[in-house]
Amino acid sequence: MKRRLTCISCPVGCELTVEVESGQVISVSGNRCGRGEAYARQEAVEPMRVLPTSVKVIGGELPLVSVRTDRPIPRRLIPQAMGFIRGLAVEAPVEIGQVIARDLLGTGASLVATRAVSRCGRPSLQGT
Amino acid sequence: MRGVKVDVLVIGGGAAGMGAAAAAAREGAKTILIERNERLGGVLEQCIHPGFGLHRYREELTGPEFAARLRGELESSGAELLTEATLLDLDPAGPRVRAASPKGLLQIRPKAVVWACGARERPFGALRIPGTRPAGIYTAGLCQRLVNIHGLLPGKRAVILGSGDIGLIMARRLRLEGVEVAAVLELKPFPGGLLRNVVQCLEDFEIPLLLRHTVAEVHGKRRLSGVTVVEVDEGGKPLPRTDRFIPCDTLVLSVGLIPEVRALESFAPLDPVNRGPKVNAWLQTEVPWLFSAGNSVAVFDLVDTVAALGARAGVAAARYAQGELPPARAVPLVRGENVLHLVPSALVPGEEATVFLRVPRPFPRVKVSLGGLISRNHLGARPAEMIEVKVPPGASKELSRMPEVRVEVTPA
Ligand SMILES: Cc1cc2nc3c(=O)[nH]c(=O)nc-3n(C[C@H](O)[C@H](O)[C@H](O)COP(=O)(O)OP(=O)(O)OC[C@H]3O[C@@H](n4cnc5c(N)ncnc54)[C@H](O)[C@@H]3O)c2cc1C
Repeated sequence: MKRRLTCISCPVGCELTVEVESGQVISVSGNRCGRGEAYARQEAVEPMRVLPTSVKVIGGELPLVSVRTDRPIPRRLIPQAMGFIRGLAVEAPVEIGQVIARDLLGTGASLVATRAVSRCGRPSLQGT
Repeated sequence: MRGVKVDVLVIGGGAAGMGAAAAAAREGAKTILIERNERLGGVLEQCIHPGFGLHRYREELTGPEFAARLRGELESSGAELLTEATLLDLDPAGPRVRAASPKGLLQIRPKAVVWACGARERPFGALRIPGTRPAGIYTAGLCQRLVNIHGLLPGKRAVILGSGDIGLIMARRLRLEGVEVAAVLELKPFPGGLLRNVVQCLEDFEIPLLLRHTVAEVHGKRRLSGVTVVEVDEGGKPLPRTDRFIPCDTLVLSVGLIPEVRALESFAPLDPVNRGPKVNAWLQTEVPWLFSAGNSVAVFDLVDTVAALGARAGVAAARYAQGELPPARAVPLVRGENVLHLVPSALVPGEEATVFLRVPRPFPRVKVSLGGLISRNHLGARPAEMIEVKVPPGASKELSRMPEVRVEVTPA
């Protein structure tokens, strides 16, 4: 079975064709680099995504800290991951790169802060 | 005349301004950067998705991570950084700059200025959509700021007008936060943003993308209650009997960015398509002491490009301030077939440069030519991605014999 995919590894967006036979990737074409081939092989069996979102901050200059998974997680777990992340809160100060949660839903991925948030200097728009 | 004397004043502390200030200070110029926000970073601070830095840092960073790296490079450069300092006016006689800051009025007398104030969003009023004027209509960048910085959700069910990258990114962001996204509408027959964003922001979440559709009317008294959407023909005209009502309490507009030029439009010549100041290969405007880079020149897709152009402008501004930048005999670049945005507006003979251009619609294969100087084939030209053409110093030398260079894109 042939499947057409758009590569999302970089902004070029190559159109890929993946040939899959009983759950096994037979061939990949249309890619212009190695990342494209790796993407197609993964995408055909289990799409993986880096999840960017934010986590509540207690006592911070901002009410939120932006976070991301440090590696891609299975796309099908995103709704569940968002539910889990919504329940998290972290105390300020937060450092950039700080691990907010380890082994998110057993995926092995950590949730890390992508910005620094210092302790409350002045009230934010929403308060805390 | 009172005022602090400096070599280079950078106005705006986004990627372009940070790149410019660091580069100018490293050239040995006394440099001040003013930024109206509390933090440097500009629009990067609210772009929490990955997609930044593949060229500059060879890894995929989020906006705040990219901004933090640039800030680090800037802090070690020796430039003076003034945040919460908002430009009031830029007087071309002098030049003299006044800015408001918590410490009071700042008066600065720079030898050179780098204008890096980014772009504004095209507002709802510019679209002339019939109907009521209820609450619940946001521009995408504002919506992004509310959600990602302030932790406020705009509503419960949204329609997004415009499929540029900002609209696509916001569709996913709203959806992740539990806002239902009824549809993304696009007037043109192709998506405005990158294909990767169509895949990972819309297809991943089964959000419908309605090409050749627009909002014909907005409804609701105090709060938006829905929009009438309609299909359009090639020319963007509504087709009869295609209208339908989509209930929603939120309309997000991603309908274009316009370079911020209000403080300089009275004295610096602008490019009518880019809508920012005309610049040469040094990022020098037609006013010799004024340089500009980033989204205030033309709207760029990649922050890596913006930061690199910022640095180029910073170096040139420093050399100008130090009396080392010779007067340029600029050779104008003129638009030929299929060229929309075009930066720079002129080349300088003997100086290397990169020409950035945008096509008006997608082509599977094109030939890009710079008036016999350079000609290149390019696969998959799309409006969402600027095409870059390098002009090496050797080719650039031949410019001295040319009155102008015609830039042309022809289907191949
Ligand atoms: C939603 C979105 C998604 C994007 N996604 C990507 C992506 O995935 N990958 C990528 O590479 N690029 C992406 N970009 C593009 C990239 O972020 C921008 O091109 C770049 O950050 C623009 O930088 P800038 O310095 O030109 O402008 P800005 O970041 O807008 O900076 C301008 C600065 O000037 C300041 N300023 C304005 N007026 C004044 C004044 N009067 N006085 C003092 N200061 C002032 C502003 O406060 C601001 O800090 C995205 C952009 C957006 C909006």
